[in-house]
Amino acid sequence: MNDVWQSDWSMMAPEWIVLAAAITLLVMDLALPSSRSRRPLAWGAAAAAALAMIATAAMIPAESASILHDTFRLDAFAKAFKLVVLAGGALALLLVAEWAPKEGSPHRGEFAYMMLFALLGAMMMASSGDLLTLFVSLELLSVSSYILAGLRKTAPASNEAALKYVINGGIATAIMLFGMSYVFGLTGTTNLGGIARRLQETNEPYMLALAFLLLLIGVSFKLATVPFHMWAPDVYEGAPVPATAFFAVVSKTAGFALLLRLLVTIFAAAPAEGRDPSSLLLSMQPIITVLAGLTMIIGSVVALRQRSLKRLLAYSGIAHAGYLLAGFAAMSWAMIDSLWMYLLVYTLMNIGAFAIIAHIVNETGSDDLDGLAGLYRHRPFLAAAFGLFLLSLAGIPGTAGFIAKLHIFIGLVVTEPGHYVLAAVMAITTVISYVYYFNLIVQLFFRPTFTAPLGRLPAGLSTAVVLCALGTLAIGWAPGLAYDMLAQFGHFGDFLP
Amino acid sequence: MMFLSLLVFSPLLGIVLLMFVRKTDERMIQWLGTAATVPPLILALFAFIQSGRGFRLERLDEARDWVRLTDLPFLTDAAYVIRYELGIDGLSLVFIVLTAVLATLAALASMLVKTEKKGYFLWLLALEIGMLGVFSAANFVWFFLFLEVTLVAMFLLVGKWGGFERERAAYSYLLYNGLGSALLLVVIAVLLARTGTANFALLHEMLHNPAAEGQLIAPLTEEGRRWLLGGLLLAFAVKLPAVPFHRWIIRVHVEAPPPVVMLHAGVLLKIAAYGMIRFGVGLFPDEFRSFAGVLALFGVINVLYGALLALRQRELKRVLAYSSVSHMGVVLIGLGALNEAGIQGAVLQSVAHGLISALSFLLVGVLAHRMGTTDINRLGGLTKAMPLFSGYLLTAALALLGLPGLAGFVGEFTSFLGLFQTKPALAAVGALGLIFAAVYSLKAVLDITFGRPRDRREAVVSSREPQASAASLGEPQGGVVDLQGKEAVPAFILVALIVAVGVYPQLLAAPLTAVVKTMMNGLGG
Repeated sequence: MNDVWQSDWSMMAPEWIVLAAAITLLVMDLALPSSRSRRPLAWGAAAAAALAMIATAAMIPAESASILHDTFRLDAFAKAFKLVVLAGGALALLLVAEWAPKEGSPHRGEFAYMMLFALLGAMMMASSGDLLTLFVSLELLSVSSYILAGLRKTAPASNEAALKYVINGGIATAIMLFGMSYVFGLTGTTNLGGIARRLQETNEPYMLALAFLLLLIGVSFKLATVPFHMWAPDVYEGAPVPATAFFAVVSKTAGFALLLRLLVTIFAAAPAEGRDPSSLLLSMQPIITVLAGLTMIIGSVVALRQRSLKRLLAYSGIAHAGYLLAGFAAMSWAMIDSLWMYLLVYTLMNIGAFAIIAHIVNETGSDDLDGLAGLYRHRPFLAAAFGLFLLSLAGIPGTAGFIAKLHIFIGLVVTEPGHYVLAAVMAITTVISYVYYFNLIVQLFFRPTFTAPLGRLPAGLSTAVVLCALGTLAIGWAPGLAYDMLAQFGHFGDFLP
Repeated sequence: MMFLSLLVFSPLLGIVLLMFVRKTDERMIQWLGTAATVPPLILALFAFIQSGRGFRLERLDEARDWVRLTDLPFLTDAAYVIRYELGIDGLSLVFIVLTAVLATLAALASMLVKTEKKGYFLWLLALEIGMLGVFSAANFVWFFLFLEVTLVAMFLLVGKWGGFERERAAYSYLLYNGLGSALLLVVIAVLLARTGTANFALLHEMLHNPAAEGQLIAPLTEEGRRWLLGGLLLAFAVKLPAVPFHRWIIRVHVEAPPPVVMLHAGVLLKIAAYGMIRFGVGLFPDEFRSFAGVLALFGVINVLYGALLALRQRELKRVLAYSSVSHMGVVLIGLGALNEAGIQGAVLQSVAHGLISALSFLLVGVLAHRMGTTDINRLGGLTKAMPLFSGYLLTAALALLGLPGLAGFVGEFTSFLGLFQTKPALAAVGALGLIFAAVYSLKAVLDITFGRPRDRREAVVSSREPQASAASLGEPQGGVVDLQGKEAVPAFILVALIVAVGVYPQLLAAPLTAVVKTMMNGLGG
């Protein structure tokens, strides 16, 4: 046990910060008189997430290392994904600080620290080097998320969301655990690097393929990709807006970190039958390609019919998950690079949009897209910002969304043979997505307004909107900013243990 | 040198200044919005004159670091570096001048736009930046970026300031052009991914220099290149538009505010012609040969189909919309001819049609404003009340039908000359379209100027009680007044340009010659 205590605990500084803040806030929430507003707690949580982000950024130059018997890895991948997760978490916590629903249930205290716990789970997931830590961090994220989804205690939709999330999440976890048991059974170790090494000596392609599929199903639930996407719209719709933003962004980023850690590390060099016997991952490429295509198509087609903004963004999130999965399916050298870039950009544009939706829901109590009508007349800057996020989600050049999408396109067609069909599907679904994104722009700018003008944006939301808008514009017009940062991660060369 | 950046982004100054003007101060907005289109006009004309005197346009090239997508160790230092690059040659310069001129005239014509002028001018100027940028870009990523700026700006301009079915028209525009753009983006991504560059000159080098072929990051086979060119041509065929994809352009012509149509028909459609020449002929000359026949065939179909449908229309805007389809077919014919005359003809036709359609829609805007309708059945005898207007309208019709001595003739003649050299039978069939053009344009315009309204009940006859009959239409936006000074100026300038190009086509042909020659060398013709 000695070496455990002599580990370099400072590597976990960001996690410590988040954990300490979560526990402090929990205790404060208990200790403070119930008459006191819990709003400062959420601000504190956001500050803690920002602090953890700074701590992570400070560690970027450090060498890749692992502690605790290689269960906690701090490689470039961990740092990069932690930064995105923390940025998303900090921004979502700003939304929590301004959450003031019509039904007026003051849950802010637990809202803030439960989100911090979920965030901790997401961070650990990016750093895991072992099936056990992966699983525990996944559960930390999931269980906290179930609570977040049900925080509108008096709203039936929120209860329904929580219940659906628990059941679906539970099934997914069980399936994934079942898959892990196969992997463990074949190799006798839970360490990801150890598994990868031992698998090269085994010759159980069918058993391994089964394990792969089970794990893929489990991850698909988390990512909300087809065919395991049904829960997302209901959960997104029922959950309070800041929680929805968190699921849409942080959970998705963490899910992709899980996908890469789990599937790439274990299966990249595992033996297989079929097309490419040297790599089970490559031999499974056709399946992932089909899933990515279906996810893009179903996500964007169903989004066409939505009237609830939250549901709309849920389906658009499914479509975006499809783009990301396409970037994964290509398995080019640009894979992790392009996924990271897309997730970063996705975080900015999505939280920006959710911040504005949060404001609308706070003021009107509804998230119907009619609520946007004529926003331009009363709040021109807010409408302009929303327009910017929508253009970015649609992947229009001049916004960050375009650069990220271009990167995924490049990954798709640079391989030999190129994934032209997938690229074509992505291009066509992008055009389909124009319909619903521009429909919101029509609402914002063309339609007369029926509702009372919205009030001013509160400080937390306006901070989030301004930060996200600046980021979206900056990466759109000067993508060098983001790509210089990406270059520091050295193409995740130390990803495989 | 910042000349080109200055040229492209100078309308930005107007956008910034407009932000500080009060919404209600319409005179100021009109004045500022128009003034903002003048700097690019001056710069474009300056460059045009200088290049006529032998100034080498390559000296205007600009490049700035923008982004490097990856620095993987097995790649060269130049791979996946996308730079901010602008650069023009004679071909782009012709289109830039066209854009700058039409933008200023459209801004002048925008007097007739009355609602939310501030937003209107903001997006009109953004549209101008996009158009100027498209023709100035020296790499694919920036070309695409500027192209999408025009897409968003047009969507908003049509959807907010258009006619009754404006939103439908805006969506049509968005989806057709979006599909074209998406296809184009895939082609760009393939080129960028496999060569590691998006710069036109470098791409040309990579694709055609056997020595550089080794630097390709992933191979581009013969078949792959044919697919790429096919994708490119299809993408631009949607934007041109070639016939099965033409539905959107009719809606936009009918619904968009007339000054916006001046730019749409005048410049935006020409981006497709420019793209086909620059990328199709420029980057894939060998493969282009195998597509020439198809292009010419589609060109002939466009010419005939557009002309025949224009014959049947009784709404002036629709006549002009189908005539746009027909005239863009001539561009395809020129390209399909695959010789010097053909390519030059395609460019000349683009510019000529740009000027003529701008003139037509300038007049349509005035007509709609004065009479409240552009329905030919309800109009007639305008010569009495609006002699000057009628004169200009007749000039536009004559230019449209390709009267020698006016710009339209030059473009059509050169294009068909090209096709008669290579595919005489096809050209003979296509030439029928020119006869139809005479019929539909004269029929429409003569009905309006001299004829009697057919639909007596609702007729808007200018000579009799204009106020009363206009009032029955619901929206009389002014009595029947002839062209006024402010409106006559842009019309006069356009007519002057149409005559100038018609009488002295060398004005345009001179800067083109060198570019077309280089391209013909590439084609091996």
